[in-house]
Amino acid sequence: MSQAKFAQAAIDELGWFKAHRFLLLRRSCQLIVLSLFAIGPWLGLWLFKGNLSASEFMGVVPLADPLTTLQVFMTGHLPEISLIVGGALIALFYALAGGRVFCSWVCPVNMITDAASWLRRKLALPRIAELPRNLRYYMLAMVMILPMLSGITAWEWVNPVPLVYRAVLFGSLTGLWILVVIFLLDLLISERAWCGHLCPTGALFALLGKVSPIKVSATRASACDNCMDCFEVCPERQVLKPALKGSNPMIVDSDCTQCGRCIDVCAQRVFQYQNRIAIKAENNQ
Amino acid sequence: MSRAKQASTTAKGVNRRQFLATSAKAGCAVGLVGLGVTGVAKSSRLDPLAIRPPGALAEQEFLSACVRCGLCVEACPYDTLKLARWFEGAATGTPYFTARTIPCEMCDDIPCVKVCPSGSLDQALDDIDQAKMGIAVLIDEKNCLNFKGLRCDVCYRVCPLIDDAITLERQHNERSDHHAMFLPTVNSDSCTGCGKCEHVCVLEEAAIRVLPSAIALGKTASHDTYIDTESTTLEMLNKGFEI
Repeated sequence: MSQAKFAQAAIDELGWFKAHRFLLLRRSCQLIVLSLFAIGPWLGLWLFKGNLSASEFMGVVPLADPLTTLQVFMTGHLPEISLIVGGALIALFYALAGGRVFCSWVCPVNMITDAASWLRRKLALPRIAELPRNLRYYMLAMVMILPMLSGITAWEWVNPVPLVYRAVLFGSLTGLWILVVIFLLDLLISERAWCGHLCPTGALFALLGKVSPIKVSATRASACDNCMDCFEVCPERQVLKPALKGSNPMIVDSDCTQCGRCIDVCAQRVFQYQNRIAIKAENNQ
Repeated sequence: MSRAKQASTTAKGVNRRQFLATSAKAGCAVGLVGLGVTGVAKSSRLDPLAIRPPGALAEQEFLSACVRCGLCVEACPYDTLKLARWFEGAATGTPYFTARTIPCEMCDDIPCVKVCPSGSLDQALDDIDQAKMGIAVLIDEKNCLNFKGLRCDVCYRVCPLIDDAITLERQHNERSDHHAMFLPTVNSDSCTGCGKCEHVCVLEEAAIRVLPSAIALGKTASHDTYIDTESTTLEMLNKGFEI
């Protein structure tokens, strides 16, 4: 069974499309969000202005990246009210929608690191260096402290998330080598090094996601046949075991990016998305 | 019940010594990354002659405040503003313009300032004529056609604050000893730094250029009593008359 081709069981059982459904949905979502920003400067259709760091929806609703907003505060500069409201709206949205949902459904860097992970699996590359998972929280602390010491939002120079958006929207291609470095780091040095261990944006969204009601749950954990396909594909595989083997089937670890790949690749239909508040309400009735 | 179980699993049998050691290692590694990023970011700078949009804070505060969202760039109807590129270090993604290529057209409603969410372009600027993007400086008198006694006048004619920010000062032409010269003269108090003069200068390389105020302007020492010469003189005269 474990020697079989990756996810073949799920493809046989569910069909190719259903076995890739959340992957396809996520890719579409990532590209649609990018397109909604890009049709402004490209075609003059201004639905969203700005980029993921700060933007304006329909010329009215301000939106902003909570990490960027916090960095500005840390420099000691008090931004305009629109940036504060924008940062709060986005923080609230991801606190409700599931924190690292940003990482797997919106962030453009995910396409690059997923590609590295896919290639790594195809080439059966060995794991070499294992970084500690909590390194990202040290990175987050560093990103918060740097503006206090230097007075500038230094992280925004190397932050790969806005780099992609600036490249697509404004044609600033010169910083893209950082994405090449991230791809090679993920491919050759350490598996899922960037998104799974280092990225401070992901760390902040993970913290926000702690309160989120939406979680992936191993509702049919008893049906699990230990094929390990979900472990193979999961970008944060440490979150799976407590749900599959523990007493609480819900993946409560906020490292989970809610990408839904475990749902896709499982022939036994073990996993599904759940709203834990709705379930609590049901149980209380 | 499940919470107690969770707490015991997250501890994963890591003892205090291991915890302190990993924290110290991770802290040091990340700290070094941070120092490196800041050091390199600060050492590579945007072209010192790049001009910031209207209402921009002083450079250091600007770099603190700007979130690099590009809203000002998209708001500009004339494609004047560009975002700094990656190798420009700490300034990466911040807006600037090159007057010789596309100058600021000084829109009455200042859309770039209005849309700025970070306050790096100061919302207090509501009259574009009060903007201080830079100061035009007639930097090459030798090649300026007006200094050769011709009546080019293009920089003067195009100035949105004609006869205020740029005036033509009449002077005797020593060379012909017969004619007058009309010398374009910038009044740094009213010049907004829009750069239209630099943009239209007919020479191959502009003889008049917009420089950031920090480079273009001198500064009187703060202990100097002659900062406000006019009122000081008046005061002295008045006192003299009183005696």
